[in-house]
Amino acid sequence: MNIEKENRIESILKNANNLRWEIDEDFHDSIIEALYQDANRIADKSIIKSDKQPRFNVDRAIDRIVTSRLWGFPIMLLLLSIIFWVTIEGANVPSAFLFSILIDTFHPALKSFGTTVGFPWWLNGFLFDGAYLAMAWVISVMLPPMAIFFPIFTLLEDYGYLPRVAFNMDSLFRKVGAHGKMALTMAMGYGCNAAGIVATRIIDSPRERLIAIITNNFSLCNGRWPTQILIASIFIGTLAPAHFAGIISAAAVVSVVLIGIAFVFIVSFGLSKTILKGETSAFSLELPPYRPPRILRTLYTSLIDRTLIVLWRAVIFAIPAGVVIWLLSNISIADQSIAQYLISFMNPFGLLLGLNGVILLAYIIAIPANEIVIPTVLMLTVLVTGMAGIGSGTGVIFELNSTADTALILQAGGWTILTGINLMLFSLLHNPCSTTLYTIYRETKSVKWTTISAVLPILLGFIVCFFVALIWKLF
Amino acid sequence: MTNNCDTCPIHNTESLRKLGVNMNTYDFVIALAGNPNVGKSTVFNNITGLRQHTGNWPGKTVVRAEGGFSFSGKRYKVVDLPGTYSLLSLTTDEEVARDFILFGRPDVTVVVIDATRLERNLNLALQVLQITDRVVICVNLIDEAKRKGIVIDQRTLSRELGVPVILTAARQNTGMKDLLNSIHDVATGKYICKPFRIRNEPNKLKKAIDKLSTQLESEYNDLPNARWIAMRLLEGDRRIISALKNDEFKKFVNENNIKQNQTL
Repeated sequence: MNIEKENRIESILKNANNLRWEIDEDFHDSIIEALYQDANRIADKSIIKSDKQPRFNVDRAIDRIVTSRLWGFPIMLLLLSIIFWVTIEGANVPSAFLFSILIDTFHPALKSFGTTVGFPWWLNGFLFDGAYLAMAWVISVMLPPMAIFFPIFTLLEDYGYLPRVAFNMDSLFRKVGAHGKMALTMAMGYGCNAAGIVATRIIDSPRERLIAIITNNFSLCNGRWPTQILIASIFIGTLAPAHFAGIISAAAVVSVVLIGIAFVFIVSFGLSKTILKGETSAFSLELPPYRPPRILRTLYTSLIDRTLIVLWRAVIFAIPAGVVIWLLSNISIADQSIAQYLISFMNPFGLLLGLNGVILLAYIIAIPANEIVIPTVLMLTVLVTGMAGIGSGTGVIFELNSTADTALILQAGGWTILTGINLMLFSLLHNPCSTTLYTIYRETKSVKWTTISAVLPILLGFIVCFFVALIWKLF
Repeated sequence: MTNNCDTCPIHNTESLRKLGVNMNTYDFVIALAGNPNVGKSTVFNNITGLRQHTGNWPGKTVVRAEGGFSFSGKRYKVVDLPGTYSLLSLTTDEEVARDFILFGRPDVTVVVIDATRLERNLNLALQVLQITDRVVICVNLIDEAKRKGIVIDQRTLSRELGVPVILTAARQNTGMKDLLNSIHDVATGKYICKPFRIRNEPNKLKKAIDKLSTQLESEYNDLPNARWIAMRLLEGDRRIISALKNDEFKKFVNENNIKQNQTL
């Protein structure tokens, strides 16, 4: 900008300042007041008929229950548990069906096709044992639970329940120095953390928005639901009698969700007392009327848009990861694959945390997409323990038809209930995926806050896992 | 021989084509504004055929979503803005909405309002009418209003506001064709809006605004609404002041002007 122009703009601003003295001090208020009066007048004129109390007010009656001090939280927990239970129980059958098609039928067919066409062994392995299997695994593990979970969640959302959740949680958030609307951004985070972080734009104050961004990671995202559900079924569900297994597993997942919410509060409190000090801002939240959801439309939209889009992303990330896993376990230096070197290097640290080297390596490979942690863990476990007769060759991500078989493998790899519990905790408390980190950077435009959002949860994960392991070993 | 079909409204309503995001060229830009949770995204989905996420809670749309449709031989680009209660305070989502209405200069701004909460929703509608002339008011959720025993007099409301008013229930697809017709009429200049403006400004204020806006206009020849910006300056709006200091008006216009971006 040249100096002349700068001077002219300076004079406009000065003029504005001077004029401000000449006009009435409260002209802003008087303009707003005028607008309100006009709105009131026009509304009065244009509403022909309005019986204020038409009949029994259903909305008010429902609200009195779901937002009551006594019933608000129990109802929330009950709804959450029912959703998980339906998801866990309902996903079994379609999952098994997809496995049998994609993995039991297609995979051998593809391999033999490769052999017939005359692919060298490494190309055959690279394409079908690496890329294809990773993709097939992600589809069969993720598609059924998502196709059940998303529509139910969307129906609840369309009905108008989410603002009631925010309303219930508001006082808790205020106590820890955070914004009540965080309940909404958290709810978005249960779908996808990156989406949750974009949603924090509804929070006006930068301080409270940063708290919401940093703590969003404690909402389990799509990628982590299957991990939680699977580990819960394997280690906790199997402890209970068969007909209770589903309920117990659902309860375990709900507990992890609650631990996550507890961390949201603890971390928010910590942040607002240290690096993000400040007042809690007031806000008004409208409780919208309950609107009967249009069920078919919702089913269609949540299946096509949410489920398939998330699945597509998972597949995109799973293919290269599958290739990396295959390469790591097939390239050997002095009789040992790279994967084995890395695992034995990280194992001592992993054991200290009540985890193991396999899990840590799996997390590193799966940084782009949390969805593929479990297949990677299984594959690497087989590789290290060298179990014969399971899996179909080095570096092949495989799947077993029953959770009992999976449990067998994991136990052979030295897994205990502690490993299961800590894996669930670590899956809750670790750095966000790369997409989320990029979103945080884009929203905050700050390397500092992006780093904090990445490092804080993983440190918490280490600390929590370490102490759980310590206490476990003591008893 | 003239083609009578072109002028027949019945023919026109049959000519809606939902274009999704496939918009390379378009004749008009439409902005959708309104309070949170009044069904803007539902209206958006309904006319573009897109499936922008909708849900029954305020604050779903935080970034502006874009889509398009073609109607009566014209191609329209639609921008779904975040829901806001006002345009006078400064939260991020309000800024997105305000900047687009002011600097993006849409050909028509559709203000979607909730029929069951007419008075409060009119506050925002009146604020939009202070910024831009070409407005269509879409009174949505009339089905809910009906259940609550509220009937809205479309004609009176339209006469008071000086712009077309359409009653709709976007979820049930009620009134959408009328809405499209009104958008078309305003965009093509067939309907000339005479928007409601605040009267009885104090004399001093009026003079101050006159003075400042003349000065602003001589500095920036393509300022969208100099009087409104002058008023914001008088109120000491920090964002507008810093925009002026850092010479960002051009940038604002560029960022929001999708018509201009199209030619670049």
